[in-house]
Amino acid sequence: MNSNLIDKITAWEPRAVWTEGGDGMFTVPADGFHDLAGRLRADGFDFLRSLTGMDWGEAGFGVVYHLEATATGENVVLRTLTEERGHPVLPSVCDLWKAAELNEREVFDYFGIRFLNHPDMRRLFLRDDWVGYPLRKEYDPEQNPLRMSNEVSKDSSPTYELQPDGSYIRKRNVLFEEDEYVINVGPQHPATHGVLRFRVSLEGEIIKKLDVHCGYIHRGIEKMCEELTYPQTLALTDRLDYLGAAQNRHALCMCIEKGLGVEVSERVQYIRTIMDELQRIDSHLLFFACLCMDMGALTAFFYGFRDREKVLDILEQTTGGRLIQTYNTIGGVQADIHPDFVRKTREFIAYMRPRLREYHEVFTGNVIAQERLKGTGVLTRADAVSFGATGGTGRASGWACDVRKRHPYAVYDKVDFEEVLFSEGDCFARYMVRMREIEQSMNIIEQLIDNIPEGEYQLKMKPVIRIPEGSYYAAVEGSRGEFGVFIESRGDKFPYRMKFRSTGLPLVSCLETIARGTKIADLIAIGGTLDYVVPDIDR
Amino acid sequence: MKYEDFNDNEYIERMAAELREGGANVLVGCLDELIEWGRSNSLWPLTFATSCCGIEFMAVGAARYDFARFGFEVARASPRQADFIMVAGTITHKMAPVLKRLYDQMADPKYVIAVGGCAISGGPFKRSYHVVDGVDKILPVDVYIPGCPPRPEAMLYGLMQLQRKVKVQKFFGGVNRQMGREEYEELLRRDLTAEGNDLNVEGEEKHE
Repeated sequence: MNSNLIDKITAWEPRAVWTEGGDGMFTVPADGFHDLAGRLRADGFDFLRSLTGMDWGEAGFGVVYHLEATATGENVVLRTLTEERGHPVLPSVCDLWKAAELNEREVFDYFGIRFLNHPDMRRLFLRDDWVGYPLRKEYDPEQNPLRMSNEVSKDSSPTYELQPDGSYIRKRNVLFEEDEYVINVGPQHPATHGVLRFRVSLEGEIIKKLDVHCGYIHRGIEKMCEELTYPQTLALTDRLDYLGAAQNRHALCMCIEKGLGVEVSERVQYIRTIMDELQRIDSHLLFFACLCMDMGALTAFFYGFRDREKVLDILEQTTGGRLIQTYNTIGGVQADIHPDFVRKTREFIAYMRPRLREYHEVFTGNVIAQERLKGTGVLTRADAVSFGATGGTGRASGWACDVRKRHPYAVYDKVDFEEVLFSEGDCFARYMVRMREIEQSMNIIEQLIDNIPEGEYQLKMKPVIRIPEGSYYAAVEGSRGEFGVFIESRGDKFPYRMKFRSTGLPLVSCLETIARGTKIADLIAIGGTLDYVVPDIDR
Repeated sequence: MKYEDFNDNEYIERMAAELREGGANVLVGCLDELIEWGRSNSLWPLTFATSCCGIEFMAVGAARYDFARFGFEVARASPRQADFIMVAGTITHKMAPVLKRLYDQMADPKYVIAVGGCAISGGPFKRSYHVVDGVDKILPVDVYIPGCPPRPEAMLYGLMQLQRKVKVQKFFGGVNRQMGREEYEELLRRDLTAEGNDLNVEGEEKHE
């Protein structure tokens, strides 16, 4: 963190306190937070990377914000907190960053922090009749037995407004009017790629409004991590975004290694990079297969899966797992690469290049595909940044958001690859980004596969891993965007708080913006090209 | 697959013996056999998946593993047309009523397969506050397929076990049982979307 920025922030808000410890962060009083956030936003910090709710016990509840300026690449971490434990209230920043909309709802759901002037303070993941707030430290799971009653969705949402005398009043914000024609999509719907649910208000077949319901696969991983030792938490990351299992685990290992101050060997870095890229190819092939199937091209689905199996074979031979590999460990990888790994990977790349041409012949050039993808579901660059929609979605809108370029990790600074960028921001651009990224991933692997250096594949680690006190954030480029891990440690063998920056949550939060004004049938193409994985949204 | 290659022959034999206890009419018995042969070789799954296992379920349906070889390829998106439901993935508290409703919407005879650790017992998420520890708490399960996620081969094995189970059942006996009037009304009363259900009160004000 450069001192220039520290000076600037202390000049704007003299009460802001800089604390070291891990990445270091500013503590800003709640009443001055919104002003400071507004100044930072105007100063170019347009990307809210991560928003994490916190229960600091005696100190109260609070939120940690990770901000980045996309133009300069500067990062800053802020936190604000309130001592009130009964009815904690904090100012909302969703007028500055749209990414805060769903993230603040998540914080409300987890901790019961109400955000003033947030238009929609409903729970995000849990049922409306859920008792208590699960990520509070004193939460008792006995309060919530399994309820088998069907949930009734409300047509209005509460919102809280600050009064001049410092109190706040509750208002109702109408989501759907009485006479609106609202249809329900999901949670069991083949085109939602899992259990995501939308309520869509229609005018004819034009979408007027869309309301996302998450949480049908909310597994409470972040709370579970607080009771697990660091090596145990690794197992859960693979199951978040199972099409980015290697990358997710890479991010968590990187974050823990950063906290411990451990440098892994060159060999491990190479292996991790190759595995990440193989995983990316696997994920993008599945994206291609599923998108085609959603749009009615079943043959292409079989093509995609046929070739994906070849990647899985390579992964399985080394890691023992097809889908979930549990391969990365703290300080290395589980096992050395298989003797056939290099040869098979090279063979796969030689096999895959002509297949990609075949895909383009079969699907990309198809009239129906072109008609349905081109020009539909446009996301502007400004919106992509504001929502934090990273990955292929952001790059299709012209935002150079690749973590591999922004914050190089592993050996990405040593390889030569192109960040695929489009400017249209429509479904076709999102589709093409992924197809071109398969090529780039193969280029990366080709540069590395023959030069894997000799060395240890696993560092000797202490039997009990304790991270020094502080907060740490590490991110990788997952298959569908920036996957970040935020750890707050108190020096125990368990994390005090572990948060995963979901790659999918920003994608569903921008869905309303994209889908409004399109036809209901286009929702399938939009959802398909956004390429979200629902367990990663819900965590 | 040969009879002796399956692992649970005793269970199937016991089930067959129980079903045949009362004896069977020759004509009905022959008809039964014919129907069960047809039914077991054309089981239609519901396209239902919540998480990781769902991707392996797709892989079973795709090029290399191809469950069309055994008659499972007609995956239906509507529960009303499906014969069995593969519960592939974690079932959470919020999803449980939805899953139950999907099951209730399916036409008899219907079957449930619990795929993977999560559906069997909660798996790695057993201790979570929002995960149902075993789908058999809410649905009657016919076949369990362990794994995290199970390999496609394991899924095929499980599906074939279901076929065996279907084959020994009697279509004219218990399986295709009609629901009585009273039972139907009881079900209607239990419909939990009803306004009067006390679990459905607008809980927000209460919890403030």
